[in-house]
Amino acid sequence: MEVVLDHLTKIFPSRDKKNPADVIAVNDFDFTIPDGKLIGLLGPSGCGKSTTLNLICGLLKPTKGRILFGEDDVTELPPEDRGVGLVFQNYALYPHLTVRQNILFPLQNIRGEGRPTKEEMNAKAEEAARLVQIDMLMDRKPKELSGGQQQRVAIARALVKRPKVLLLDEPLSNLDARLRLQTREEIKRIQTETGITTIFVTHDQEEAMSISDLIVVMKDGILQQIGRPQEVYDEPVNMFVAKFLGTPQINMFDGRVSGGFLYIGDTPVLKSDAPEGDVHVGIRPEGFILADGPEDDEEVAAGVEPFECDLKAVEVSGRDVSIVSTNPACQGTNIRAIMGSDRNLNVSGEKVSFYLKPHKVYLFDKTTEDRVK
Amino acid sequence: MDYIRVERNAKIKKGISGTLKFIILGLWALIVLFPFYWMILTSLKGYGAYNSEYIPKLYVASPTLENYREAFNAVPLARYFLNTAIFTVITTAIMLVVITLAAFAFARLEFKGKNFVFVIFLSLMMIPTELVVITNFVTITNWNMRNSFPGLILPSITSVFYIYLLKENFEQVPDTLYYAAKVDGTSDFKYLLKVLIPISKPTLITVTILKVIECWNSYVWPRLITDDQAYFLVSNGIQEIRENGFGRENIPAMMAAVVVISAPLIVIFLVFRKQIMAGVLRGGTKG
Amino acid sequence: MKNKLIELKSWLYLLPAVIFLGIFMVYPLIDVFVYSFEEGYNFASQSYFGTGFYNYSYVLHDPYFLQAVKNTFIIVIITVPLSTLIALFISVLLSSITKLRSLFQTVYFLPYVTNTLAVGLVFMILFKKTAYTDGMINLLINAFGGSSVDFIDGPYWAKMTVMCIYTIWVVMPFKILILTSALSSVNPDYYSAARVDGTRPWRIFYKITLPMISPMIFYLVITGFIGAFKAYSDEVALFGVDLNAAGMNTIVGYVYDMLYGDSGGYPSFASAAAIILFIIVLTITVINLMISNSDD
Repeated sequence: MEVVLDHLTKIFPSRDKKNPADVIAVNDFDFTIPDGKLIGLLGPSGCGKSTTLNLICGLLKPTKGRILFGEDDVTELPPEDRGVGLVFQNYALYPHLTVRQNILFPLQNIRGEGRPTKEEMNAKAEEAARLVQIDMLMDRKPKELSGGQQQRVAIARALVKRPKVLLLDEPLSNLDARLRLQTREEIKRIQTETGITTIFVTHDQEEAMSISDLIVVMKDGILQQIGRPQEVYDEPVNMFVAKFLGTPQINMFDGRVSGGFLYIGDTPVLKSDAPEGDVHVGIRPEGFILADGPEDDEEVAAGVEPFECDLKAVEVSGRDVSIVSTNPACQGTNIRAIMGSDRNLNVSGEKVSFYLKPHKVYLFDKTTEDRVK
Repeated sequence: MDYIRVERNAKIKKGISGTLKFIILGLWALIVLFPFYWMILTSLKGYGAYNSEYIPKLYVASPTLENYREAFNAVPLARYFLNTAIFTVITTAIMLVVITLAAFAFARLEFKGKNFVFVIFLSLMMIPTELVVITNFVTITNWNMRNSFPGLILPSITSVFYIYLLKENFEQVPDTLYYAAKVDGTSDFKYLLKVLIPISKPTLITVTILKVIECWNSYVWPRLITDDQAYFLVSNGIQEIRENGFGRENIPAMMAAVVVISAPLIVIFLVFRKQIMAGVLRGGTKG
Repeated sequence: MKNKLIELKSWLYLLPAVIFLGIFMVYPLIDVFVYSFEEGYNFASQSYFGTGFYNYSYVLHDPYFLQAVKNTFIIVIITVPLSTLIALFISVLLSSITKLRSLFQTVYFLPYVTNTLAVGLVFMILFKKTAYTDGMINLLINAFGGSSVDFIDGPYWAKMTVMCIYTIWVVMPFKILILTSALSSVNPDYYSAARVDGTRPWRIFYKITLPMISPMIFYLVITGFIGAFKAYSDEVALFGVDLNAAGMNTIVGYVYDMLYGDSGGYPSFASAAAIILFIIVLTITVINLMISNSDD
């Protein structure tokens, strides 16, 4: 089911008497979530992503705008009539009911003609339980299950009514690191198997990147960028998105475009056809090339000089090597450059010099922070 | 050498103080239990035997159940019993419905003036019954409900404190359960019925037990509102027996009646003692 | 429109409670003041001939009321401190043992659930002196060389003694329960630390335990005061319904007697007496609170 958010806005009236400004949790969202995809809603806490989720499932009513499931306008429908499944961060399993009763609960709420018979209900519950692989735990109580198992029960309960849209609110944040990895693959598998349009909210960019077909990056209630994870990572539209995605974080510098070159400090580090003037420069950690000697790289354009930094440390992780250095133009405390460990690196002394990979360097406008190039 | 003596002295001291503790605690237990022992003991003594003991014996030579027969026959003890049971069951049942609905509204629903109403409810907790009983007496009299069950029951139903207790309990249930139920298509009422009430069962049981105790022992209101023996509760019955029953002097029969009246609550207490003590503690410390 | 409906539904949930509380608590609360100022209120015709303080003045000059006030104050002054002290003593002992502790706890709580009228009857028989026997307690007194007294129909001090003993017996379960729970919530690390420092047991009690549980003791004193001021059914249990004749009436007893009973049918006098009681209790509670606040 395609989900269309049509100029969606949610404003919460201020509760704080000292600060009477209303809170705009969701500001004029306008995009379409394609059918059958897994979408990650991503942003720092307080960015309005949970509000968006609650608007889609109907727990909240939008201040302005419409929500459409396919052709149907569901904006005014109560949650139970929308055909959505919702999984909560803390699972919200009914503690007094067994796993089976929990999964059956939504079915038992169906009234009138659509109400399945007892056998049908049981069959559906079994099916949902099998899908999430908890069919052997059906008669346990939630408190007898591990966190991961509770999560699966919550998903089964959300799936049992065959929802048109499945919504997951921070589904992994209550799990430990190992389970998180496992469960996110599990979510991907379930989504692929059922083909249900699934939207999940997370503040963890790695989580969102790893399983989403599309990610939606939000900040302060405003949509920043939508796209396939790699696309958003490679082509961030603004400084916020660039900084928010990727670990380690992107390195930010004060720079200047002048005479066809990008300068960081006094060093012309890249050729650039961006408009002249001061810019923010973002360089991904993998965008650095160690300049061992002047002769070895043909890609280096004429007139570009190696970018010299003060070496602080070299961290070896086995898979790759991080070079930590500083430079007065750097906006953060340290510059982190990541090199493959397959090459024998020869780094020592007080200084280290880099060439830059042009497609890993982003320029942002000094005031709007939008991407210039 | 010295060390051993110090240790031995300490041990003796500890032994003495330990024994002393148990003697004192035992003594208090005796003071608590003696009246109960006495009533059971006396209830088993024959009328003649009891009256011939100038110095009462602490045991009974030939126990008899005659007094119990007498207690049920000479005064309408069964009637008192039945009345109390009816009064207790109906009052508690209606109260549970009323307080559950109110607590749910306060804990879960949003409406204008909620906080204001709740503050008024809370302030009513401080009002002593002695102040309101006068008007209630007049009200019930005007409604011609003296000597009737509605007259006994109606003013005894609401308890602000239990509403408060239950509301606190409902609020501890995570909000997400409510939202989950909403998404699952559950109405507010069904959520209350199927989720909140089962989860809050321990508190509801505590409230029920405390209310049952209160009802079973209530004396003042029933005394004001009933003068027809057909509507006496056990407390009034006891008082009636004390004043007029058994020709005033048949103490063994009186004690038999007292045993019969005390027994149900003692049994309930022994079965639910954990819940009762925890409930009283919660009620007491929150006051 | 829809919001209105939801609001309406919410009020529907509250409605039963609001109706019951309105009729049987809020309205009576206002009404009791009205009654107390209506002079010469007649129950049958529900009419009165004036308003003013006459009812209060009548009550305050009624010897029965003055006797009731005196009795109530004596009961309060004797039983509240005494029962709190004994309960504290027993709770401390109880907390220091492990064996048989829950058995003792259960036994001590027993009076809480029993009908005070019923057990009061047993107390009466234990203390009463009749033609057939001097009663259990008198025999005990005789054994220690004293002479028999009729505690139920005898001299005032004797009656008051039984009254206080029975009141303490009745209020002890609650106090012991609260205090043992307060004692068990004191972090045992304090005791360990004190013992390592070689602090003597009484000093531990005085310097650590007592300050830690003092809020609970204070709570018990306040509720004890309030409870004791409302004493009534324990008195009925021991001395019968005609408390005025026995000279053992209490303020609450006076209220009920005015309302219904031998002197019955005067809701105005009853209201005035109830309000006087309320004022007394309120004053004492406020004084208590002030004392506790000045301690901090």
